[in-house]
Amino acid sequence: MTDKSGEHMIVFEDVSKFYGEILGVNRVSLAIEPGITSLVGPNGSGKTTLMNLMTGLIRPTRGRVNVLGLRADHPEIFFRKVGYCSQFDSFPRALTGFQFINSYLRVHGRSKQEAQDLAWKSLHRVDLLDAAHLKIGAYSKGMRQRVRLAQSIAHEPSVMILDEPLNGLDPMARAETIRLFRQLAGEGLHLIISSHILHEVDMMSDQVILLNNGYVVAEGEIHGVRDEMEEHPMQILIRCDRPGLLAARVFEQDSVVEAKIHKDRHGLFIKTRDADAFYLLLNRIVVDDGLTVESVAPVDDDISAVYQYLIGGGEAA
Amino acid sequence: MSASTEAIAETKLSSRPPWSLWASQIAAILRLEIRKNFIGKRAVLMYMMAAVPVLLMAALSAEISWQQSRNNNIGEVNVIFANLYEGLILRTIVFFGCAWIFMNLFRGEVVDRSLHHYFLSPVRREVLVVGKYLSGLIASVLLFTISTAGSLLLLYIGLGSSGANYFFDGAGKSQAMSYLGITILACIGYGAVFMLIGLFFRNPIIPALLIYGWEWINFLLPPVLKKISVIHYLHSLAPVPVPEGPFAMIAEPTPAYLSIPGLLLMTALVLVLASFQIRRMEIKYGGE
Repeated sequence: MTDKSGEHMIVFEDVSKFYGEILGVNRVSLAIEPGITSLVGPNGSGKTTLMNLMTGLIRPTRGRVNVLGLRADHPEIFFRKVGYCSQFDSFPRALTGFQFINSYLRVHGRSKQEAQDLAWKSLHRVDLLDAAHLKIGAYSKGMRQRVRLAQSIAHEPSVMILDEPLNGLDPMARAETIRLFRQLAGEGLHLIISSHILHEVDMMSDQVILLNNGYVVAEGEIHGVRDEMEEHPMQILIRCDRPGLLAARVFEQDSVVEAKIHKDRHGLFIKTRDADAFYLLLNRIVVDDGLTVESVAPVDDDISAVYQYLIGGGEAA
Repeated sequence: MSASTEAIAETKLSSRPPWSLWASQIAAILRLEIRKNFIGKRAVLMYMMAAVPVLLMAALSAEISWQQSRNNNIGEVNVIFANLYEGLILRTIVFFGCAWIFMNLFRGEVVDRSLHHYFLSPVRREVLVVGKYLSGLIASVLLFTISTAGSLLLLYIGLGSSGANYFFDGAGKSQAMSYLGITILACIGYGAVFMLIGLFFRNPIIPALLIYGWEWINFLLPPVLKKISVIHYLHSLAPVPVPEGPFAMIAEPTPAYLSIPGLLLMTALVLVLASFQIRRMEIKYGGE
């Protein structure tokens, strides 16, 4: 979907943020469409800064940020559409989970009944009904994470910004939360998520934005990002009956730079600078030589590989 | 929520007149603030401070009661209370009580890292300022008027039936109303100033102490400078005049019809300034 007016998009126009002498983010221009967009990058790369800029908790030193055509300096309109689950693990004292969500819904201007209904609904969505009447001070880290998430979705916003929302959750809760995100994205919401866990990012994201040292180093649909990385040939594993024959023929193409037979001798790893051309060649080999191919799968066409190539440093984002 | 339900909820909120929405938001902020700040451990110091003059007056009352056979002078007790009220209750208890209550409204939330919950709500920041200020005002007025009234009552009870008659039937009643009024005005004025300080300074104790010093040396200041203070307006409203000592710079007392609106106007200006400041405020807890 393309929307030049930006009324359905989150738009950063040449945004920079400096904390005194320290760079937060620099010259960021983005147009984020609905769906799940993940922000990925190492600590200090500017993920939280981008999220805080989107929600007006901090102001850009230069440039402008618009969310669905709205600016955060009019919070009374802006936060009807936007929910932010921040990383700040702190809550007003002496409140239970239900009171916390209900009280802030009343601050939104919701009626007593409406606030209660929305609070219960959001607690139900994050599976926290049993602990609703416990003081938040007695919650585990995972429960605090879930109550924050519940608060950010309670007013049913169109845009949800979630800073490390899977932190502290057990595997079951992670899976449930990812399912909730997919469900919300299916309802047409924007979800902007930062996460440390790259395979989960891969699993749930429609788009990724890779950040490093305050700069956007890549953005877009993950496979598209991978395709554009010409300096890193794509690795493909072809499971077949005669990997030796295949290895001999793949070098007919200049774009193939490396071929290596799998140690079980039933597959061949190749590295190519042009995956599409390779797939055509593979089809020809299959027809010409009667090769039996069991599977063809890119080995490094995921966020981990992209992250590794662009930023380095392994999984820790 | 389906798109239609969302649209209905949106329409409901956006179709409300702004005053009605702001009033309900202020009421919600009041409830939340009172639950957070005035019921719990942080409030203990506040209650202890308010109890100090009551306990002191109880002790004085016992002393007066013991001396009653020798001396039954209401005028003297009036002067004792006037001095204790201005020196202890107004300049110290109400001053530091308001400092504690109002500076914590925003600064306390920054220290607790919970202010972002308000900043992420669809509420105008000016409405937040008003809501928080009113919550502080309700707590301080309740606490310090009860403390003032309790102190007065205990002191005059020491005089026995003559004290009770003076307090309930005589001039003592209007005197008590004046002291309560001054206490309320002090909460209004000091509250606004301390809330503003809490918004501007990371460590508001130092500016609070500077203001404390400024208010104490007010009697030494030339008339023009005297007017840049809260105590000047409150002092001139005292029902029993308190002498300021031989070194005082004499200034014409400001009449009530000027000092009360003057104090309210100053409070309004300070709240406007606080609103400007909070609109510029960013959440950077790490730097606090």
